[in-house]
Amino acid sequence: MLNKLRRVGPPLLMLAPSLILLGVFVYGLIAANFTTSLTDNHTAAQATGQKPAVLVWFTNYIDLLASEDFQHSLMNLVLYTVVFLVGTMIMGFLWAWMLEKPVKGEGLFRSVYLFPMAVSFVASGVVWRWLLNSNQDEQASGLNRLFQIVGLDALQNNWWNNVTFGIIAIAIPAIWQLSGYVMALFLAGFRGIPEELREAARMDGASEWKLYRHVLFPQLSPVALSALIIIGHMSLKAFDLIMSISKPANYQTKVPAVDMFVFKSSFDYANAAAVGSILLIIVAIVIVPYLIRTNREEKR
Amino acid sequence: MTAEAEQLTAHRPAPVAPRVHKGRYSLARTLKYVGLIFFLIVVLIPVYVLLVTSFKGTGDADPSRAWALPQIWTMENWATAWTTLAPAIGRTLAIVVPSSIISAFLGSLNGFVLSRWSFKGADIVFTLILFGMFIPYQAVMIPLTQLVLNLGIPTGVPTLIMLHVVYGIPITTLIFRNYYSTVPHELIEAGRVDGAGMLRTYWSIVLPISIPSFVVVLIWQFTSAWNDFLFAVFFSSSQNGPVTVALNNLANGALLQNYGVSMAGALFASLPTLIVYIILGKYFVGGLMSGSVKG
Repeated sequence: MLNKLRRVGPPLLMLAPSLILLGVFVYGLIAANFTTSLTDNHTAAQATGQKPAVLVWFTNYIDLLASEDFQHSLMNLVLYTVVFLVGTMIMGFLWAWMLEKPVKGEGLFRSVYLFPMAVSFVASGVVWRWLLNSNQDEQASGLNRLFQIVGLDALQNNWWNNVTFGIIAIAIPAIWQLSGYVMALFLAGFRGIPEELREAARMDGASEWKLYRHVLFPQLSPVALSALIIIGHMSLKAFDLIMSISKPANYQTKVPAVDMFVFKSSFDYANAAAVGSILLIIVAIVIVPYLIRTNREEKR
Repeated sequence: MTAEAEQLTAHRPAPVAPRVHKGRYSLARTLKYVGLIFFLIVVLIPVYVLLVTSFKGTGDADPSRAWALPQIWTMENWATAWTTLAPAIGRTLAIVVPSSIISAFLGSLNGFVLSRWSFKGADIVFTLILFGMFIPYQAVMIPLTQLVLNLGIPTGVPTLIMLHVVYGIPITTLIFRNYYSTVPHELIEAGRVDGAGMLRTYWSIVLPISIPSFVVVLIWQFTSAWNDFLFAVFFSSSQNGPVTVALNNLANGALLQNYGVSMAGALFASLPTLIVYIILGKYFVGGLMSGSVKG
């Protein structure tokens, strides 16, 4: 017993500060948030504890999911995530593929493609709000004006002011910002494939397409999965971009994270907490299997 | 030429039949460079817009001149943006520097224990820590505001230091754990045989070889804390908060929308992370890589 304590004691002691902090700030608060989401804590008086909040179980969730307003937010989140994922994966892979073989000025291309990653969404949002200006024709500035200059007038549109698809306009700056990241992941993946593998395939007379299909793509699929997970969970960062490009009150571009902010600002803590829990469940459905799988693979 | 044909020629090993394919080979190369340069320009469009607009005065406000160079170059926007944002930039430094150092140090301790002084159940503990990296912070925000209030920590700089430390622990732990897994076992076993305790081993053997990882982690934490907006908007105002909040306030504020000033401000707000990226790009990419769980 004492021996065991001597073995396990010091490591646990060293981990203790972090474990306590994360225990409280992650798991404790998730539980507390869930508890709040089950109450009728909808007013400032309740938020500050002057009036008691009553347990209403899942009423908030049911009401939220039934409201057209929140469904619109969820739909926006889905649209945004799909466009953002597809866009960054295609651009990232294309860039990595072009830079995979030695290229003159490779360092320059790589650095420029990757640099937007170092900038905050708020700062890039300032520029993109200008670029995504919805004025057209005579009044056009931003990308709409650029389209006129290069003779592609037909491409002019009202960007994020479109009620159904406006959210896709918000995905454009996000793609601009994170494609370089996906490129870096894929480049590392390409470089990690042993040269012998390609040689062997060529010796067997495999065509270049077959080489990709049967040798390179399978080798890259773990990288692709990592990229999907990371980029996918970053789609929740849409909040920063929406706050700086559109306005939180704008119906056309709102997502659950924005709803949560608006609820919080109006002291509707119960609904804010419920939206938070819904987001957590969405993320957990994807992340938990991924973490378990990674854990299992490492053991092997 | 289709993309597939380009693949065929671009990747055919030259020594096999260099003469036959020379023409196609160079056409594919040209196409590749055209593509690379095209995307280079596309990626740099926002940079052009930012620079040009920030030097424009009110005389250039007409939309027809949106993409043109300024008629009169002025530094006025830059001066206004700087006086507005300078205090917030100072506060951001006060948040970012201590929080990066503390969370890096905690991550290093955790990473060492979890990879090299392991115990039964360490994998589960690690996975539990890692989960904290992926949670949407919206799911803790409401009770977090109440907790911060109850702890009596003032909003603004002190709260944000604490939050960046706590929520930085998962990623710093991950990066250090992956790094220490590559350290040869013998190195640490040698310490054990000598009878050195865990802390001694960490201090005299592990810490000195951790410098590269510290650089990666510090850059990562510096960048993500500098660019943070979510915690900042919930726990500070433009009077006591970091530059992201101040910039957002400047760009969306009650003042009539002055793009020149907000674009100059956006550059000021991005400069520190851009400088880090330009000088320490290699380590920056290292941090990105560790962002993927397998490292």
